[in-house]
Amino acid sequence: MSNSSSFRGYLRQDGRKGIRNCVAVCYLVECAHHVARAIASSFADRPVHLIGFGGCYPNAYAFRMVKNLCTHPNVGGVLLVSLGCESFDRNSLEAAIRESGRPVHTLVIQQAGGTRKTVEKGRSWIEATLSAMEQAPSAPMDVSELIVGTICGGSDTTSGITANPAIGAAFDLLAARKASVIFEETGELIGCEQIMAERAVSPGLADELISAVAKAARYYTALGHGSFALGNAEGGLTTQEEKSMGAYSKSGSSRICGILKPGDLPPAGGLYLLDVVPDGPVQFGFPNINDNAEIAELIACGSHLILFSTGRGSVVGSAISPVIKVCANPHTYQRMAEDMDINAGRILEGSATLAEVGQEIYDAVIATASGRATASESLGHQEFVLTYKYFEPLGPACLPRAGSF
Amino acid sequence: MPQPGQNDLRLLTLHPNDNVCTAAAAIAAGTSLEIGGRAVVVSRKIPLGFKVAARAIHSGEKILKYGVPIGSATREIAAGEIVHLDNMKSDYLPTYTLDD
Repeated sequence: MSNSSSFRGYLRQDGRKGIRNCVAVCYLVECAHHVARAIASSFADRPVHLIGFGGCYPNAYAFRMVKNLCTHPNVGGVLLVSLGCESFDRNSLEAAIRESGRPVHTLVIQQAGGTRKTVEKGRSWIEATLSAMEQAPSAPMDVSELIVGTICGGSDTTSGITANPAIGAAFDLLAARKASVIFEETGELIGCEQIMAERAVSPGLADELISAVAKAARYYTALGHGSFALGNAEGGLTTQEEKSMGAYSKSGSSRICGILKPGDLPPAGGLYLLDVVPDGPVQFGFPNINDNAEIAELIACGSHLILFSTGRGSVVGSAISPVIKVCANPHTYQRMAEDMDINAGRILEGSATLAEVGQEIYDAVIATASGRATASESLGHQEFVLTYKYFEPLGPACLPRAGSF
Repeated sequence: MPQPGQNDLRLLTLHPNDNVCTAAAAIAAGTSLEIGGRAVVVSRKIPLGFKVAARAIHSGEKILKYGVPIGSATREIAAGEIVHLDNMKSDYLPTYTLDD
């Protein structure tokens, strides 16, 4: 068993520490997307990541997401790209980023003189900023300062018996060392809400956990999207609670110390549920349109890196934070090894135990935090998506231990 | 995590309290499997991902996987039998329908 638990991070002026030192180029409406992409893509082999929001109408959730991503500890500088007439409050955004101590610059395409001139200005600002960011101070960072999120995507029969419980074992190792670990997708937890509630650190939080799953069930039912399908039974799953336990096993066995909504930072180390299902009546269409929408939300909650479980074989990474791919199925691993970081399918072949793969995932977290590139980083994956949503603030019972540490 | 009463390596035990294992590979009918330290000849093919009784399970007993109940047995189940739709059922009663 490895005892490594510290490494060097990038110390930001706001006191937070990152494991990457990237520039975020952020478009504030789809109309500025091409210009922002043209700027970012000219730095292909350097840490310049493209994020943005496509909508023209204002949305409090999207603003909070963008603000949190632009002030994420893995980000050392931000270039905002605005068309000029969209509703996004670019002035407040720029002020918030500046207040965090990060270099920030806003280019307004309509004022800068169009596409070509904006791209040129953006490229020279980033060139200068990258040079300045090489001087970013580093500081010792302990595993207890890490925030790690998890998600499953492209799941199959093997996900719930290898990669997911192995990630759970890694979550237990991380939580035991006081890291913050976040699991999500309440819609996939329907059927195990009572089991989950028993792990809550307070009775009030237990009720909130059950309510969060109930909200997801109502939301997805209204959208005509059931959870247990015939194909699940063909893969050997018999009941709703069994299927949900497969996804839930990513959370490990620590006590659950709170619920977060997208953009809420964990107040202390421990295990948290991220509630990704919007509040209020169903609006804006399907809430989590793909895996990257949820990854972006985990990162907006401060996740320095993401553990991604896949059986059929997802290839995605993300802007801002590295994604570690844990492959559940040994056959998928053989076909797509270059896209995978961990072969949890060895558990099926009898060549590794769940505990051993859990330790291997933990070691990969430390190595990635120390600067080693993940498979998706090496292949240039920087997926990002952000849509409209509506959330109400957290209720008082959601973070019972906040401020008590 | 090897445990007392050894199981065949093709059977994965996800939690020490479980009374079912999961097939880590497809297992052909007629195969002799070691379950709880005793040899059991399986009567039907067990596909990858299916549950197998790790010991005799009584009708009405909870089926434990991941260390938690995932439903109940609807009849007596012998060690080595597949545990699926024809011998277990969900116990899940959604709580959210009460306040709708």
